[in-house]
Amino acid sequence: MSQSQFQAHIDTVRTSTASSEFLRDPLPLLARYAESMLWLARYMERIENLARLIDVNETFMRLRTVTNGWEAILEMNDDSDFYADTYGEVTNEQVIAFYIIDPRNPNSIVSMALAARENARTLRPLISTEMWIQLNVFTNFIKGLSARDIVISRLSALCKRIKQDCQTHIGITEGTLFRDQAWLFNQLGRQLERADQTTRLIDIKYHALMPGLKDVGSEIDESQWTAVLRSAAGYHAYRRLMPNAISPAAVVGFLLKNNGFPRSLTTCLRHTHHALSLLRADYGLRGASIIVEDVEQMQNIISGQNIETIILRGLHEFLSGMREEIANIQDEIATTFWPL
Amino acid sequence: MSGTDTPDIRLFAGYDPNGFFCELTNRRDGQDASIELLKQRLSSMTPTLLQERSDSAEVELYNLGITFTVYTERTAIDRILPFDLIPRIITKSEWKFLEAGIIQRVRALNHFLWDIYHDQNILKEGIIPAALILENPGYRPEMVGFDPPGRVYIHVCGTDIIRDPSGRFIVLEDNARTPSGVSYVIENRHMMRRCMPDLLANLDLRPVDEYGSRLRQTLCDVAPEGIENPQVVLLSPGTYNSAYFEHVFLAREMGVPLVEGRDLVVREDNCVYMKTIAGLKRVHSIYRRIDDAFLDPEAFNPESMLGVPGLMRAYKAGTVTLANAIGTGVADDKAVYIYVPQMIEYYLGEKPLLDNVQTHLCGKPEGLQYTLDNLEKLVVKPVGESGGYGMIIGPHATPEECAAFREKLQADPANYISQPVISLSASPTLCDGKIEARHVDLRPFTLSGAQTWVLPGALSRVALRKGSLVVNSSQGGGSKDTWVLAS
Repeated sequence: MSQSQFQAHIDTVRTSTASSEFLRDPLPLLARYAESMLWLARYMERIENLARLIDVNETFMRLRTVTNGWEAILEMNDDSDFYADTYGEVTNEQVIAFYIIDPRNPNSIVSMALAARENARTLRPLISTEMWIQLNVFTNFIKGLSARDIVISRLSALCKRIKQDCQTHIGITEGTLFRDQAWLFNQLGRQLERADQTTRLIDIKYHALMPGLKDVGSEIDESQWTAVLRSAAGYHAYRRLMPNAISPAAVVGFLLKNNGFPRSLTTCLRHTHHALSLLRADYGLRGASIIVEDVEQMQNIISGQNIETIILRGLHEFLSGMREEIANIQDEIATTFWPL
Repeated sequence: MSGTDTPDIRLFAGYDPNGFFCELTNRRDGQDASIELLKQRLSSMTPTLLQERSDSAEVELYNLGITFTVYTERTAIDRILPFDLIPRIITKSEWKFLEAGIIQRVRALNHFLWDIYHDQNILKEGIIPAALILENPGYRPEMVGFDPPGRVYIHVCGTDIIRDPSGRFIVLEDNARTPSGVSYVIENRHMMRRCMPDLLANLDLRPVDEYGSRLRQTLCDVAPEGIENPQVVLLSPGTYNSAYFEHVFLAREMGVPLVEGRDLVVREDNCVYMKTIAGLKRVHSIYRRIDDAFLDPEAFNPESMLGVPGLMRAYKAGTVTLANAIGTGVADDKAVYIYVPQMIEYYLGEKPLLDNVQTHLCGKPEGLQYTLDNLEKLVVKPVGESGGYGMIIGPHATPEECAAFREKLQADPANYISQPVISLSASPTLCDGKIEARHVDLRPFTLSGAQTWVLPGALSRVALRKGSLVVNSSQGGGSKDTWVLAS
């Protein structure tokens, strides 16, 4: 194909894309569907993150005597008070039960799976039968778990199964969900949740592992930072990128700012920006404009300073500031697209 | 077996329809070639094979989450509707008769509703007692003088039909409010294609897949005049409703949004809008699956959280069409049912094609006396209930149950009708690894818009308990695919 032929081909494709408006649903998405779509994605993403965190933390606990491993997770999810009221003492078995099978805990995997399924039930008219069946089977599986399924000897396999089911969900969604407004809200939910989870993970681990500067460079330090990377499914990518050094600043920099890492804050914000821009441009939803600007402002804050500066100025303040911004974007999406 | 030329068959070994009309084995209107072929194919299967397929079908239904909710006094349990893999057959000539009879009945009911909400001629002429209609809880005075588009009230009708031991079709009930079950008609066919491809091969069956597009067309037909591309929606009570799966199914088949009451709003212009991510969008035609009483807290039950405040106002202003119309409950009342044959003669000037079950009104002294004297032989049902709730089947009840029911009956006789127990026709059904005769009924679905059309298929409900005549899903019934033969 010559250059001019190719250009003609592209022009044809562009023209036909522009003129094939009929392929798009002319009807704007029902507000309730948009809300459910976003939350379905957030819950499934949160379940996957939690399963990975439990798996890594449990393995990690067996290797080393780290007293604050579970406490850190409780703190990260803002669950410390609720846990203390319900269970009291922090033990391996109890925290695992609290996070996997306890229906009283709204942040447990069983509660979140049920919430995800309720959202999917609302979305049944919109999502594929494959998506629904997989989610229904997954939720029934989680609902059926009892204390003997979460004993230490079975825990790792269970967490793997849960992660895999969440990833299957994402795969089926990618392969079957019609690419319209609903898809974009699904993307928004997934990316916002990932962004939130990543900032929480760094925040809690950094301060758990870096009580003082004296620990830097020790052997313990390295295996613990390795665990942090594994919790974010980023260990191998990090190794490939930086084979020689595992330093706290490099790990934090990777998790926050790496453009290729799917769970980095910058990657999540880039996808968030993209989804909002499409809602504005392709569906004429002008309400998205102001949210797009807020995302850009976050992006500027991150790219405007290197990781050493961020740490020096106060990593915790930076991360909680980012989390507030993410929550703010969620709120703006809600008030713009499904006002009360 | 009553058939003499039936070959020795494994699946049907020991099968005995006990003298009931069997929909497969002892049909008396001559031997249909397709039925013979079907019998042969079934005969080459074993109960074990059928059980395996049945188990995989049930797993699929469970995974699909195709469940309904059974309410008892204390609990609500999600269950799948049991599905039987042996189809129920309707021959071409049987269907032709049924179709004509159902269309005639639905047309008469629509005429009747127009009449009682306008001139009330049928009451003035004393053909139906005025009190029975005007004091009926299903009668909505708000509808008096209102003209629904196309004069259609019952856009979707589910007619319950049974067959007596002679094979005669008899109408048991007209479901004119929000009849459910049509999704099973279509899903059961899909399930049969997956589980029983060898049984279906090369058989000439009437397809059931066009129901969704027909339903959508019906709703467009009756949209307010002058709207070019009417926006149709399906209004559901929500995910906790026992028929939510069906609502999803129909919304998908029609390609329209499934909305809940909270998604809709009626503004001061008396128009209905739905809340979208781009603001409010007009709605013109609503297939509502919410009962009259819960539809609009402004007009009806003020406690209702399911409805849309002001919907009745919009409806009466003619900016939106509701299907079915408000106030159709009076047409499917079990006491009004008695007069349907008279309606057909009065409005259409035709002889009724389909028979009614002989029915006694307990509201009349002689009807009450007859019912009390013969309770052990009768079925007694409350007039306004559906789903098999609150009824008694005399021959199957204990003396204590009969005594208790007599008291209920005497306390509120006008609330009941009684009918002779009809031995429903039977169909071979897989029960615990064996083929046994189980009673079935038939619910075809009829759409009325610009024209009246009957889906060539039906919900066949089957009473899975041995000897039981109650086919309702809430009372242990299952379903079968219904095959209407095209040739």
